[in-house]
Amino acid sequence: MGMTITEKILADHAGVSAVRPGDLVQVRVDAAFSHDVTAPLALETFHRIGVPRVYDREKVILVADHFVPNKDIQTAQQVKKMREFAREQGLLHFYEGGETGICHVLLPEKGLVLPGQVIIGADSHTCTHGALGAFSTGVGSTDLAAVMATGEIWLKVPGTIRFEYTGTLPEWVQGKDLILHTLGRIGVEGALYRAMEFAGPVITALPMHQRFTMANMAVEGGAKNGIMEVDGVTRAWLDERTSGPYRVFRSDPDAGYESVVTIPVDGLTPQVACPSSPANVMPVSDVGPVPIDQVFIGSCTNGWLEDLRCAASLLEGRKAAPGLRLVVIPGSPRIYRKALEEGILATLLDAGAVIGPPCCGPCLGGHMGLLAEGERAVSTTNRNFIGRMGHPKSEVYLANPAVAAASAVLGRVAGPAELF
Amino acid sequence: MTIEGNVWKFGDDVDTDLILPARFLNLSDPAELAKGCFLNLRPDFIGRVQRGDVIAGGSNFGCGSSREHAPLAIREAGVGAIVAKSFARIFYRNAFNIGLPLLESEAAAEGLREGDRVSVDLATGVIENKTSGKCWRANPIPPFMRELIQAGGLVESIRMKTHGARG
Repeated sequence: MGMTITEKILADHAGVSAVRPGDLVQVRVDAAFSHDVTAPLALETFHRIGVPRVYDREKVILVADHFVPNKDIQTAQQVKKMREFAREQGLLHFYEGGETGICHVLLPEKGLVLPGQVIIGADSHTCTHGALGAFSTGVGSTDLAAVMATGEIWLKVPGTIRFEYTGTLPEWVQGKDLILHTLGRIGVEGALYRAMEFAGPVITALPMHQRFTMANMAVEGGAKNGIMEVDGVTRAWLDERTSGPYRVFRSDPDAGYESVVTIPVDGLTPQVACPSSPANVMPVSDVGPVPIDQVFIGSCTNGWLEDLRCAASLLEGRKAAPGLRLVVIPGSPRIYRKALEEGILATLLDAGAVIGPPCCGPCLGGHMGLLAEGERAVSTTNRNFIGRMGHPKSEVYLANPAVAAASAVLGRVAGPAELF
Repeated sequence: MTIEGNVWKFGDDVDTDLILPARFLNLSDPAELAKGCFLNLRPDFIGRVQRGDVIAGGSNFGCGSSREHAPLAIREAGVGAIVAKSFARIFYRNAFNIGLPLLESEAAAEGLREGDRVSVDLATGVIENKTSGKCWRANPIPPFMRELIQAGGLVESIRMKTHGARG
């Protein structure tokens, strides 16, 4: 029997000819990264392990992205620990200040994560990088510290569920809607411990940023990783950003999938995940006219240039509803600059937006734009757990950037079609 | 290796934001983290939990973020073990890595009630409800993972092996 992409990458990095789901393998790690929430614990643990140097100063990457620019004394201390560690170890990649962005946006843009690699990040949304045809998964600080010390990690080979999207995407329906719809179908543990392989003609036609959006939320279905095959779209995206050599793995036609789920997309409309689960999904038209206090457009899920462009196309000549706070945060400095040059930021400012510096922003309720008691937000982020974006009695509706923009204009949960 | 304490009952999909809200993520001292444990979900937890108590969770316990602060806060609050129907993947690795044992048993997670007295034997997987007299058997924790727990986590376990003593 053949192997899936996930199995092939893991076998290759374990130095064996084949693996099967359930096998425990020790694999080489091509990139190991951490951010300002998880790095301080990981660095402390690294010191306790007692190894003097990290395994590779090019492959251990630190990104300050959650609470930056430093929001208080404690976070300033955390980033200081990262900075000192990076200096003392001679790390080639430590990002802060004007160079930093959300790790899951910044790393692919800089070519620091590439197809065929094994990527381990101390962040649950590390599954994002699977959109490049890599095996990429999130771990905690202790696991990351062990990788920093040894360059290896033990993993159980996950079984793969293949999701095949067929048909043609209707207007305003994006990668975000595909993954929300999928989560609505399978539930928050529908892919627990598994690999989610996204495939089919709809994926082939999907632009790179929307592929990242889909892989990003694989963890919301409990998955270990999300993955897609490299194709012309991937290559063109990489060619614009990096010259780094990479390897391409493909699933065999006779690969042993745990199951294959076919999802027809014709007739799909923009989807919304209602409080308080990313799997509590329904078409935007079924949500009802829920009044909202804030709209957030950004995050590792939807902080890409095209996401901002999509929102700006709807906000052009329009205004955010009176009393509504519209917060927009580009995912990286490159995206920020391009959005500035293209006039996207001006359009958003005219519409009443606050534009933040590249960072995670209010997504996890830590910094810049939290919600008060009883407030509701439409957000392009990935989680709407209780208290995720602020007060435990605030609520979050997850949606694509077009829905977010339309909701900002109308002051309630609304689909883009309502603007025309 | 046996843990005995009172049961704290939780539902399905207890996520890492519920276990430890993000406003505590600018800290890394476990004692400080413990103060935020379940604060949004059960504000009474921290004042009343006792060393050795056991959490009975539903399915997908610990879903969400990779923050190791979550199992650390639970361990530091005094919880001796968690019995649940199932655990989220990253939380599972993190918990053992920091020395907090987890057992999967649908029947036990269902049958344990708030406040019951329970004992959990990691080597055999036997979960005994001393209040109701009922007994269940989860998969036992294999020896190498019990070593992690006994050592106090992955790092301590590596250190004990390489240096012969805890440092």
